[in-house]
Amino acid sequence: MRTSENSADLVAAEDVLLFANAAITATGQREFRSGALDQQLSLDFLHTYVRVNYRRLYAASLALDINDHNAARIVLGLLATAGEASAEERRTEGRLIAARLARLPPQRVYRLFGEVRRAGINNRRTRAIMRDWLAARPDLGHDAVKYRSGVKTAARHVHLRCPQGAEPLAEVGAFLFRPGKLPRYEHPLLDAWRRAHYEQGAVAELPFTVAEGFAARHGMKREVFLKRAAPRMTRLERLRTHAVTQRPDVDLAAMPLTRLALYVLALPFEQRAALRTELTGALRTAARRAAGKHAGSWGPVHAVLDDSFSSSGSGQKRRRPLAVALACHHLLEVLAAPGAYRGLWTSGRGDALLVRPWGPTPLGMRVLDALEPGPGGAEPDRLVIVSDGWDNAPAGLAGEVLRVWRAQLDPGRRTAVVHVNPVYDADGFDVRRLAVGVPTAGIRDAEDLPALVEIARFAEGRTGAAELHAYLDRRVALFLGEKATEKGAVA
Amino acid sequence: MNRLELTGLTTRPAQVWGGVRLVPLVREAPVEGLRLHREVYERLGAGIVELGPRDHYVSYIPHGLVADWSTGDLEVPVGGRQSAAYGTQLGGGRDVPRTLRLPRPPLHRMAKRRPGDRLRFLPLHLALEGYLALHFGGPTTAWEEWSRRALRDGLSPRAEDAYLGWSVRGLGDALRIFEIHPDQCGVMVYVSDALAAAFVVPHPEDYRLLHASLVEDLYGELMHQYALYGAPVAEFGARLGDGAHIRTLAELRAAARGQQRVWEEAHESLFARELLDSSYGFDRVYRMGSFTLWRFLPPFVRDGSGQHIGETVTDHKGRVAYLKTFRLSDAQIRRGYLLHVLAGADWELSRAAATLGSSREELVLRIRAAGFSELLKGNV
Repeated sequence: MRTSENSADLVAAEDVLLFANAAITATGQREFRSGALDQQLSLDFLHTYVRVNYRRLYAASLALDINDHNAARIVLGLLATAGEASAEERRTEGRLIAARLARLPPQRVYRLFGEVRRAGINNRRTRAIMRDWLAARPDLGHDAVKYRSGVKTAARHVHLRCPQGAEPLAEVGAFLFRPGKLPRYEHPLLDAWRRAHYEQGAVAELPFTVAEGFAARHGMKREVFLKRAAPRMTRLERLRTHAVTQRPDVDLAAMPLTRLALYVLALPFEQRAALRTELTGALRTAARRAAGKHAGSWGPVHAVLDDSFSSSGSGQKRRRPLAVALACHHLLEVLAAPGAYRGLWTSGRGDALLVRPWGPTPLGMRVLDALEPGPGGAEPDRLVIVSDGWDNAPAGLAGEVLRVWRAQLDPGRRTAVVHVNPVYDADGFDVRRLAVGVPTAGIRDAEDLPALVEIARFAEGRTGAAELHAYLDRRVALFLGEKATEKGAVA
Repeated sequence: MNRLELTGLTTRPAQVWGGVRLVPLVREAPVEGLRLHREVYERLGAGIVELGPRDHYVSYIPHGLVADWSTGDLEVPVGGRQSAAYGTQLGGGRDVPRTLRLPRPPLHRMAKRRPGDRLRFLPLHLALEGYLALHFGGPTTAWEEWSRRALRDGLSPRAEDAYLGWSVRGLGDALRIFEIHPDQCGVMVYVSDALAAAFVVPHPEDYRLLHASLVEDLYGELMHQYALYGAPVAEFGARLGDGAHIRTLAELRAAARGQQRVWEEAHESLFARELLDSSYGFDRVYRMGSFTLWRFLPPFVRDGSGQHIGETVTDHKGRVAYLKTFRLSDAQIRRGYLLHVLAGADWELSRAAATLGSSREELVLRIRAAGFSELLKGNV
């Protein structure tokens, strides 16, 4: 009896890890080796399976570093099947949902609200969750201009009251549902939107995405328009619109690490070489910020980084795996003890800034190189492998090397091996693994690496299910607690 | 010369996708003095080739290859301007001439000299035409069984079917996700572990540009069926056993290297044997400086192994600089064999039947079943 309970527990723990890996990596977009439809089907199944069987853990995964796509899907799933949860569960779920929604980018949330409406989920609890989120928006007038249809759908769905005299709600209501009726608006953005229909000067006051449409309508010159709109652009819009030849007036070092890596890889080689000090400096600063208190705490670290052709990703996720590898390279450099880091690219190239996704994946040979003692004969404390797991020159050598090495050369587990994989394998319902004994974790942003290495520990099968549950509870408490203190600080 | 000499090419680990196995071939140093370029034909590849004053070859011809053996200034190919592709050309600089949208005249000859040291030829069609033209003239002696038409026109018109690479299931995906090795100059394509095609070029740069063109090549009926009905093939991954004798990292590395060698030997002795160990009938098409363009036909033995036709460019030592093969289906091998036997017996039915060890009636049935009933009179 006990054994069956134990094995059920273990299966549950395995399923949860599998789901966490999927929820971190998969976005339902095309990958190098599978199409968008395969990914979506595979992800759909996984969501339904975990929601039906492990509802509590399904909700708890909102507290992990899962990506926005899956967070929105989980919220939708929980709201759609609220009847299956007990009152106590609903309360926890509600808090988790509210905390997660507060962290999602607004466009994601508005899209989610649209899906909620399309799915016909309309009950008091859902409406309250949506209304609370809308009330917490700093400026609903701005949202009404920028995410017009989103706000309109949400307002309609939650029966948002826009009584006279309650500014700016009354004006937003008039703006959304009775456009053209008010002669002018008090809210500057709403008024700018009204004036932008006939006055070119007002266009630059609007958020960039909205202004672009008006600029096209007025036939404004692109360069003139971009120059005028620059102060109101977001950081990504500024990066996107700046010409390749000129430097962006963005503080690169302030960007998140993986985003920055993606930006660096999008530059042509000549420009990367020309801006070498600037880019490398920005990457290092971002990595130091991401490492935070963990900096220098990992001892000697060796890494194998995949820059094979498959790391080019797909048309929808351009160079994502390579960017994750590049970001991990810089992060690990900071995490490792000073001077005790060695990063090896699968292609054998040494210059991290000029990497390009090309060539086969001789992962086995690179792992062997990485297992060699570092300078001074010190064996590495950790070996980190960043790869999509398709080891093809020859296939499966990396897994064999790691297995034999663990069995014969390092039975005392002196060196910890962890494999992080940025690509979701639709056929396997998980990220692709290298070997049985090597813990594998999905990764989306390199910044989460320290947390992921912690989760990967459970995948090794040496820690029990109870510890995993304890870990999840801790993460949930942290997630909700942090949110509460933030709120307290604002109030 | 009666064999293919693939010296200088090393096998690297295969990459598997579904039922397709692609084995990269790597050259340590590119072949000096020969480059290949691709030219794309418009009109969806419907092409007519004038072989002679009265003979025409009609097929789907999406592209041709231009061999350039001019020495010295390889940077600016002098003849390059004249031989600009009709149709689309990707990735050109300012020097590339504007594409002319003229109606394309029929191509003249399978292999045609271009200005400068350049030769345009039509890959695979060159080989296929060699197969189609096998004993094309028909009966050499007017035995009474052969129809008047056979005596007048020979085997004309003669047709064979092949499948476009796009319609071979999984091949397009396998080629798309294939990770090209540095210095890779060739590939062997296996479908359900049957050798479908071998492709070798002289220079890695050429290979990189021509890799995608494999999906527009011709593949035999057998390959199409294997890909459609076959199961995914197993990956021959590295196996290190329990590693009981491994004590140091250097030994582990040696064991890993050993796996690579094992695969190389296994590939040559097990996979590519039917291509490399057969003896072929070579037919010289063109001599370009120290290189020679050949097309070859298999011996048409019926031992159940695959038989490949193809064309190749060899250097003065007989080493392969360019190779492209097409695997014949069983029916095509049978037809080739039958024609060989008939020609060997001077088209005398009873003698041919004796060679085949069967009766005259059986041979007649066989000829009709092979699709050559037009050759025989109705009363035979």
